[in-house]
Formats: sequence, structure tokens, C-alpha cells
Amino acid sequence: MNCNSTASHSFKYVTGAQNAWDMLSEEQSQKHITTGSGDLNGILGGGIHCKEVTEIGGVPGIGKTQLGIQLAINVQIPVDYGGLGGKAIYIDTEGSFMVERVYQIAEGCISDIMEYFPCHHDKSSSGQENLQPESFLAGIYYFRICSYTEQIAVINYLEKFLGEHKDVRIVIIDSVTFHFRQDFDDLALRTRVLSGLSLKLMKLSKSYNLAVVLLNQVTTKFTEGSFQLTLALVTASRQHLRRGWMLARKISFPSRIADSDSWSHSCTNRLILYWKGNERCAYLDKSPSLPVASTPYAVTSKGVRDAGSSSCKRVRVM
Amino acid sequence: MANKLVSDMCLPPHLAHLLAARRLTTAKDVLSLPEVELMSLLDAGLATARDAVCHVSEFACPPCQTALALLDERVRLGGGGRLATTLCGLDEALGGGIPLGKLTEVVGPSGIGKTQFCLKLALLATLPECYGGLNGRVVYIDTESKFSSRRMIEICQKSFPQIFRQEGLAQKMAGRILVMRPASLSDFTKSLEQMKVTLLQNDVKLLIVDSVAAFMSSENERGTTGFTQHPLRWALSFLKSIAELTRIPVVVSNQVRSQSNDDGYHYSFEVKRMGDGDGAERLESHLVAALGIQWAHAVTIRLVFESHSGQRFIKVAKSPMSPAVAFPFIVESSGITLLNDEGIDVSGPEITSIRCQGQNLLGPLPLEN
Repeated sequence: MNCNSTASHSFKYVTGAQNAWDMLSEEQSQKHITTGSGDLNGILGGGIHCKEVTEIGGVPGIGKTQLGIQLAINVQIPVDYGGLGGKAIYIDTEGSFMVERVYQIAEGCISDIMEYFPCHHDKSSSGQENLQPESFLAGIYYFRICSYTEQIAVINYLEKFLGEHKDVRIVIIDSVTFHFRQDFDDLALRTRVLSGLSLKLMKLSKSYNLAVVLLNQVTTKFTEGSFQLTLALVTASRQHLRRGWMLARKISFPSRIADSDSWSHSCTNRLILYWKGNERCAYLDKSPSLPVASTPYAVTSKGVRDAGSSSCKRVRVM
Repeated sequence: MANKLVSDMCLPPHLAHLLAARRLTTAKDVLSLPEVELMSLLDAGLATARDAVCHVSEFACPPCQTALALLDERVRLGGGGRLATTLCGLDEALGGGIPLGKLTEVVGPSGIGKTQFCLKLALLATLPECYGGLNGRVVYIDTESKFSSRRMIEICQKSFPQIFRQEGLAQKMAGRILVMRPASLSDFTKSLEQMKVTLLQNDVKLLIVDSVAAFMSSENERGTTGFTQHPLRWALSFLKSIAELTRIPVVVSNQVRSQSNDDGYHYSFEVKRMGDGDGAERLESHLVAALGIQWAHAVTIRLVFESHSGQRFIKVAKSPMSPAVAFPFIVESSGITLLNDEGIDVSGPEITSIRCQGQNLLGPLPLEN
């Protein structure tokens, strides 16, 4: 502790910097947002990390939106019950956010908390009062986006919004590339605008100590003689990299070159959801600190859970 | 929101003048420029450019709601609202029927019964509320000239004999269905553009597009693999916004194509791991929905019509509120009838696959013309 303080003292003249030891201790004290599945938390190093950008991709119907909603609920688990007790911002570009389903997942989350903390539940009546699905729903700020202009506007506006709502600990964008793929004509420009946005998101996650989760669609591409699935815009931006460079040179801003870099650099972690036989699996594709790994998970009526747990049996919903 | 005028935003005067002088009139103009380009265009410093972006963003940003407010609104507007399909099992699986304000897709091989399904839905929506309808008009965009009034009335007379015994009801109900037959993609987009006003003014309660893939020429088909901007993509996001704005269900049907390679799609990391050990498992006849994976991401509910083991099935392949189930069905004079309201749970890749196997009546599966 002593050594720690002297170290930070000696570096005081470099503002904004933090020494590696401080960073480690901060990292260790940091709580993570649980995904609802222990196995999934395992490969993610405890859950979704604050101060980081995580991209989650997968084929239609695999459960991206489900995981997004689950995270928006789980971030609100009170501190007494081992959660972060924060709030969530959900930016919906696709219109797939169904409130009825959010309510169900909130109920599932509460019933699990009650199961894990039976004594807590008896003791503190005030805490119990808090645990109503309605209060979980009230903690999700929802933006419905209908064009890419609005998406850019929201991300710019977040800075101010977060200043007014300091308890927000997660920002979820479902899905980040949808509108950009529909109607943005100048592809080189699109690449630069998108990477500008991702830089902004990264900055927000650091300065407000929150997690940014980007849900992304997958698309197909032809490589090495076969069709493969790939996350949207990862390759597209590479294709147009050259064009972006030429443009950058033309208007002679050398700093643009760094910005026209591919989208795939812009997220810290990347998780891909896919089918493996009859199981849903998650594959950690990219992480600065964790090994590449994969694990099965399940989407149940209560939300995202471990595969093979008793609650995983599919119950007919509603 | 995107086309909001900068002049309506009450910006600080110096910013408003600066933007107006550079012909940046809408929020879209300002926000789709990277910061540095905006600086050079405005011939101003970083602080000014950021200030402008910040102001414009705040005005162009859609309002924020909490999920609780959304739920309240949903309850106030009548429990979410559904259009019942009158197929009991399917209605139960979908939580009451086709949801209002969402995009629902019906996909399957030709001749399986998609149009039959659409015809029945169209008439159901025109029925008075006491019979489970939405008591409104229907816009039916028939791109393949398959709409048949005679068949539609037959379906309904056979399935609701007690209602249609009333004199003149069939005429009244069928009179509420407006059929549009666009001849080309540009026609189609044009009619969509006019649609928004029509829908709001004329009490339209259902929009059906049968089928949305008809205009996709072979040239455009490469769009599913490469990276081409497809005009149909615009139609897609437009249909979605129509659904939400007017709070009506939008149902589109989609065709299938046979897949151009043997294996399903995989991620590169899966391919590496699987190596060559996994060559044995091939589906007899593997089909994929036309319009590709981008489209599939965007629909909220996807119903797959398929046939295998000598039976036809309706499968709930994608839905945010229900697990995947399949129901066997037959097509009769009264339209589609479920053989079984229980449904069969489906899991794994079967959920998204579209099968078409061993059906004599289909013949050698041609692409729909």
C-alpha cells in the first residue's frame, strides 16, 4: 500500500496516466456484470468488464438480443446481492426489444437471487421491496433509433446523458451496424464515421467506468473457396481501407489514416455465438488478457443460463 | 429525425449562421461528416466543430424512455395487440398471434402454402373485432400476381361458415382489401413511399407483401455474398419503420433458393477446428431464404414453412418471446389447418434450416417464377 502511494506520487507530473500496479489493483477490485451463465462468465474472466468494449456477434435467432436484455437486467442486481446496482442504456436499432420479454427475464433474475440468498431475503424487508420486476424495468433507459443519423446523434449525446445519469454502468447497442449497412452510400466515409463512433464509445467506457456491449450481425463472405460467416463490417471496412486511404491523402490529413483503420480493431473483446450441433455455444474470439475459449450456454424462459442446468429445459413461454 | 432542419434547432446564432453558410441544412448533413472534415468545411477550430456536433446531436437524438414507461404504454394501448391467425397452436406459441408493430416473415419453398396463409390473414384483419379481427383495411402488395379473391373468399367461407352466412358480408370484407401489383422494383419502392400517408389516413390495419424477393434479379443475388448495397435493403428498413410508426403488423413472404455450396455456413474458427473429419453429414436438399442473412437479422418473427418426412410444417424459427416449435399442417379448401396444436420442440441448427424433401406434389423444386 505504501509502495503504491509513493509510486503514484512520483508519477504525479504526468497527468492522466496511471501506473500498471494501480491498474492491476483497480482491475481486481472491479466487479463484472454477470451474463447469467457461469460457464460464459468463466471464459469472459468473470463476466462483461466495465471500462471495456465488448462485441457480440452471431447468426439470427442465436440469442444476441436475449443476452443484451439479460445484461441490462443483471447490471441492476443490488450491491447487497453481489451485483453492481447500476442502470442500463439500451439503444435499439432493430426494434427487436420486447418489453414483455424484459419483464420475464427480470422475474427470472429475481427468482434466482431469492434462491441464492434465502437468508438475505428473510432479514431485510427493505431490500426485498426493491426487487420488483418493475423497478428493474425502470432502470433501463431505452432509445429507439430509426436511421444512422440518429445513431450518431445518440452516441454524441450520451456524453451529456451520462453526465446527468451517473449510475449507468452499461450501454448496449443492438445492433451497431444495422442502419449503416442499409443506407450509407459512401463506403469509405462510412468506415471513418464508424471508427469515429467506436473511439467515442471507448472513451465513454473509460471515463464513466461502464461497459459498452455492441451486438453485431453476421454476414457471409467468400474466402478460400468456401462461404464463411463473418461479423458485419469487419471485412467490409478492410475492403474499403484502400479507398479510405486514398481519400485521406487527397484531403491531406495524415491523422485520418489511423481512423480509416478497420472496425475489428475498435472493440476490446469479441464474443461469437454459434450453433454446435444442438447446443448454443459462445466463442471468445478476441481478448487482450484472456485465452481463446468456447463454452455452451442456453437461453431459457428465465433468460441466459448454463447449458445442462436443470432450468435449461425449455418451458413454453406465456 | 434525421432530416430535421438545422434552422429549427435554436442553435446559438454564430453556429446557425456558420452551418447555413456551408449548406449544412439537415442533421444528417452535419452528423455524417467526420470531425476533421467538418472542421475543414466550416473553416473553424476543433472546439467550434465539436460544439456544433454536440448541439445538433442533442436535437436529433430521439427521446429516451425507460422500459417501464414502454410497458405502461403497451398496456395502455391494449396489451401489445395481436392479430390471431386462428391456428390455435401457432397463436399460443406466438403469445396470441402476429404482433402489431413488428415485421413478420413467412418463408418457404414454392407451393407450400405461404400465399394461402397470407390470404387468410388478409381477410381475418378485415373482420369485425367481435370475430377476432382488427376491423380495418388491408393493403396487399402482390408482386407475383398470385392473389386470388375467389380463393380468399372460399377459404373464409369454409373456415367461418357461421359468419359468412350473412348476406353481403363477403363483399364488404373483400372490399376492404386493397391489392397493389407493382411491376418492377422501382414501382415497388415508389408505392412503399406513398404508403405511409395511405396507411395513416385510411385506417389500414395490416400490410402484406407477397413476396418481397420477387424483384431480386440474378444480378443482384450476389448481394447475399459480397458487399453490394441493395435497394431492397432500403425497403426492408422502411417496412420496419412503417410497422412501428403505424402500429400495425407487417407480414412479408420470402422465397427460397437452393444453397450454392454443400456445407452450411461456418465461422472461420469452426472450419479450422473441424478439419476434414466432418464430411459425412449432408442434408439432402438444403435451402436458404432468398435475400440472405442480412434480411434474416432484421425480421422480428420468422415463420418457416417446410416439408419433411412426408409432412408439411410451420416452424417458429425466430421470435423474441417464444422457443422454436414446429406444427404439422395440411392445406385444405378452408386454407391451412394444423394437424396438431401441441407442436414439436425444435433445437439446434434445425431451427434455421428450411427443408424440402420427399414431397411428390412439389415436383422438381423450381425457383418461383
